[in-house]
Formats: sequence, C-alpha cells, structure tokens
Amino acid sequence: MKTKLSAENLNISFGDKQVLKNINVSFAEKEITALIGPSGCGKSTLLRSFNRMHDLSPDAHINGILRLEDLDLYAKNVPVTEIRKRIGMVFQKANPFPKSIYENIAYGLKINNLPHDKEVIQKALEEAYLWDEVKNDLKMPATRLSGGQQQRLCIARAVALRPEVILMDEPCSALDPVSTLKIEELIKHLKKKYTIVIVTHNMQQAQRIADKTVFMYLGEVKEEGITSDIFNHPKNEMTSNYINGHFG
Amino acid sequence: MRYRTRILIDKLFKGIFKTTGFLVLALLGGIFAMLVYNSVSFFLDIKPLDFITGMEWAPTAKVPKYGMLPLIISTTFVTLGAMIIAIPLGIGTAAFISEYAGKRLKNILKPAIEMLAAIPSVVIGFLGIVVVSPGIANMADLPNGLNALNGAILLAIMALPTIITVAEDAIHAVPNAYKEASYGVGATKWQTLRKVIIPAAAPGIIAAVMLGVGRAIGETMTVLMATGNASLIPSGMFDSVKTMTATIAIEMGEVPYQTTHYYALYAIATVLFFMTLFANLVGEFFINRFRKYHAV
Repeated sequence: MKTKLSAENLNISFGDKQVLKNINVSFAEKEITALIGPSGCGKSTLLRSFNRMHDLSPDAHINGILRLEDLDLYAKNVPVTEIRKRIGMVFQKANPFPKSIYENIAYGLKINNLPHDKEVIQKALEEAYLWDEVKNDLKMPATRLSGGQQQRLCIARAVALRPEVILMDEPCSALDPVSTLKIEELIKHLKKKYTIVIVTHNMQQAQRIADKTVFMYLGEVKEEGITSDIFNHPKNEMTSNYINGHFG
Repeated sequence: MRYRTRILIDKLFKGIFKTTGFLVLALLGGIFAMLVYNSVSFFLDIKPLDFITGMEWAPTAKVPKYGMLPLIISTTFVTLGAMIIAIPLGIGTAAFISEYAGKRLKNILKPAIEMLAAIPSVVIGFLGIVVVSPGIANMADLPNGLNALNGAILLAIMALPTIITVAEDAIHAVPNAYKEASYGVGATKWQTLRKVIIPAAAPGIIAAVMLGVGRAIGETMTVLMATGNASLIPSGMFDSVKTMTATIAIEMGEVPYQTTHYYALYAIATVLFFMTLFANLVGEFFINRFRKYHAV
C-alpha cells in the first residue's frame, strides 16, 4: 500500500506543555486508520496537525515533517488553503454554517473557485447518503436537520471539494447508535475514493470500520498495526490494558 | 428571636430594593409625563401636523413660525453623515480587534477605545471648532467650516466607541465551530470574515449601529458648538444646520416662561424622545435576537 500521509519526528507543544512527543506514523492510501487512546493522549492534536488547524493557535509550536505524499505540508511556499482543500476535515460536533443546506455545500466550492451548480451539490449529498432525505428541502436552514443529518452534511461539505484525505475527529461522539451506524456505513463506502483518518473513543467502532489502528498514550504512539492484530494480539501491555478497559 | 430578626432584615431589604427599582421606573415615567404634559399645551396652539411638516422655524419673529422640519432634517443630516463615517470604521475596527489583532495589541486597543467614550462632549466640540472646522473650510473653500459635515465627523467619533464595543462583542461571540468549518474547507481569513463571521454576527452589528444612532441623535453640546446653528432647511453637508437638541439647549435659556415658544421646545423634546426610543428599541430587538440565535 502506498503511503498517503505521514509524520516524521513530530513534536507539538502548546506554550510549555508538550502534547506530542516524537511521533512517527504513516497512513496508507484508501484505507481507514483509527487513532485510539485515552482522553488527552494527543490524537486530536495529531489529526489537526495534518491540515494545519494549529495555525489558528498562536502558542502552538510544531517541529518535525508532515507530508501529503511528497509534499511538505509546512513548507513556506505551500498555501495553507490548498492543503485544507486537499485534506478535508469533519469535526467532533457537527458544525454546519447557519445557512441553507444548499449553501453549506456551495460555500466551500465557491471559496475555491470550483463549479457549484446543482449537479455537483447533488453528487456530494448523494455520496454522503443524505440526498434522499433532503432533496426537497435544499433551501432549509441546515441547523434544522437532526444531529446525524448535520454530521453527514458536514461530510458532504468535505467530500464536495474532492479532497484526497478526510480527517475525522470523533465524528459520532455526539450521535445516537442509529445515526452512528449510518455514518460508519458512509465512512466504509468513502474509503473507495479517499484516505480516511478517524479519531475515536469507541473501540467497537474502530474494530468495525478501521483497516489499521494506532494506539496513542500520553503524546506517544505506543502501537500501530492491522486493526484485528491490535485488538486480538496487542504487543504492548498498555494497549492491552486500554482495549480491555482497565483505564481510559 | 434570632430567626425572626433574620426574616425581618430579609423583608426590609426586599422592600428597599423594590423601592429603588420602582423609583427608576417612576423617574422615566415622570420625565415622559412632563414632556407630554407640556407638549399638549403647545399642541393646543399649533396643530401637530403643522409642527412636524412646517418648513420654517422662527419662534421669535413678529409672526412666530413653529415648523420643526428644518430641525428634523438637520438632525437627520448630521446623524446620517455620522453613521456613514462611523459604520465602516466601527465594524472594521471591531473585526480587526476580534480577528486579527494579537493579544498585546488587543489589550491596548480595547481600553483606548473605552477612553474615547470618556472624553467629554464639550472637548470634542472644541476639537471641532479649532481643528476639523478650519480643515473643512480650507478644503472646500468655505468662509467657515461650522456645518453639517463638521458635526457628522465629530458625532462619528463619539458614536465609534459604542459601535466598536457592541460589534466586537457580536463578532467575538460567533462560535469557533463556524470559523473552523470555514477554514476547514480552505477559506482564507478574509473570506471567513466576510461570508461566515459577519453574517453570523449581523444582528449584533445592527444593534451596535442602532445604539450608535441613538447616541448621535441625542448628542447636544458637540453639535451645538460645531454646526453653526442656522435654522434653515439645509441643502447639503456644507450647509450650517441646527439640530433638535441644539435648538432646545440654545433657546431654553432665553425663552419666556410658559409661552408657546417655551412649550414648543418641550414638543421638540418629545419628538426627540421618540426618535431615540425607536433607535434604542430597534437596537435592543436585534441584540435579543442575536442572543437567542446563539443560545441555540
């Protein structure tokens, strides 16, 4: 498998607090990789470093090399907007804009000077398994959708830009089991086209959808590998304790 | 016994606070009643419609004329001019403080703007007479610069702190999630500000503007000093104007007690009261809508 996204000797600190310690990790193309670990272990920080979301926090210090294929994501001549277009993101809490469903998808397309006619928007919504539910209400404010629908709308918004990678930060943590299942179906189906990295607290979820799993603890990668290996034959004692629910 | 004292004190303070609360209401009601009572005396002499639409304000002429249209137009000119200057400046500053300025700069700018609000209006008026007015006269080649434009510039300065503070609160209150969503699809800071942050903060920004309008309409000392006070219908920003507030302030000192002229000034005050009340109500309406919207 070809490596799509990678971090080399990555250290991140906020002020005096070091959050990530010498991370070396890579994510294969068109696979789903789950990042698991207890709260505060740095999974979200690692995820957000790939589309440079930390640029928004002035006290973040980032050391190391992050790459999308061969492209150095933090190189001076690489525009951050281009990176975020190629590496999409879905956030923990569904965050549609306070605009119509249609406008929510069109926004990113307009921003990037891409065509935003109805077919493009329909295609994105179809790909996010949302079209059938909203096709008659495209003018409706997105905030009136249910939580699960809102999250699928956010996925559609990311997908509409035809990114190469989609980062997902606990996308189901605020959803009920039925909505969660729908989104998991969707993620598995998106894998055909996109490389997906997903942070999750839900170990069953990781086992259901992820090809590979990375276990993190206190800012370090403790173990990584094929999901079934990690869960059935963990090599690291910490991993075994975590997946068996001894802490977390 | 102890217990009874405690209950007694509790009741006593409830009574005191109730009194102070109602006292404020009574004050407002009292002022309003006084305005209306004296205005009614005026409207027994002059028809309200003639008063509002009359083209000439000459209460001391041989045949006195009580038309306040020139005054309303003057106030409108000065206020509108002030807003045209203050709105872009205010929103721009608010956006800068909230979205662009670093922590240190923010800590200097915010108190500085609050200090601006603390400058007495007479000082601003003075500034108008010695600095802004000669500047306008020079640039526009006029004998003097005491005109509507001068007043508008000064009122803009005075309304700015209100507009900036309220607008900044509104922009600052836009949920981070919206910003992240926008940056997440590759938007630049400017695109995010223009297409996501400002629309989301719009009710708060409108409230800021309306509160600024209320401030500008009601301001007296500055316009009295700076606008030349000619009670004619102005034809442009370079004409001297006499606002409603300035008229009351100037004429109240010289008018004979309980004459039609005396009551006329009350009538102006009543109209003014309703104008500022309207501006403030619109402002409050939008502030509430903004709060509701963000509570969801």
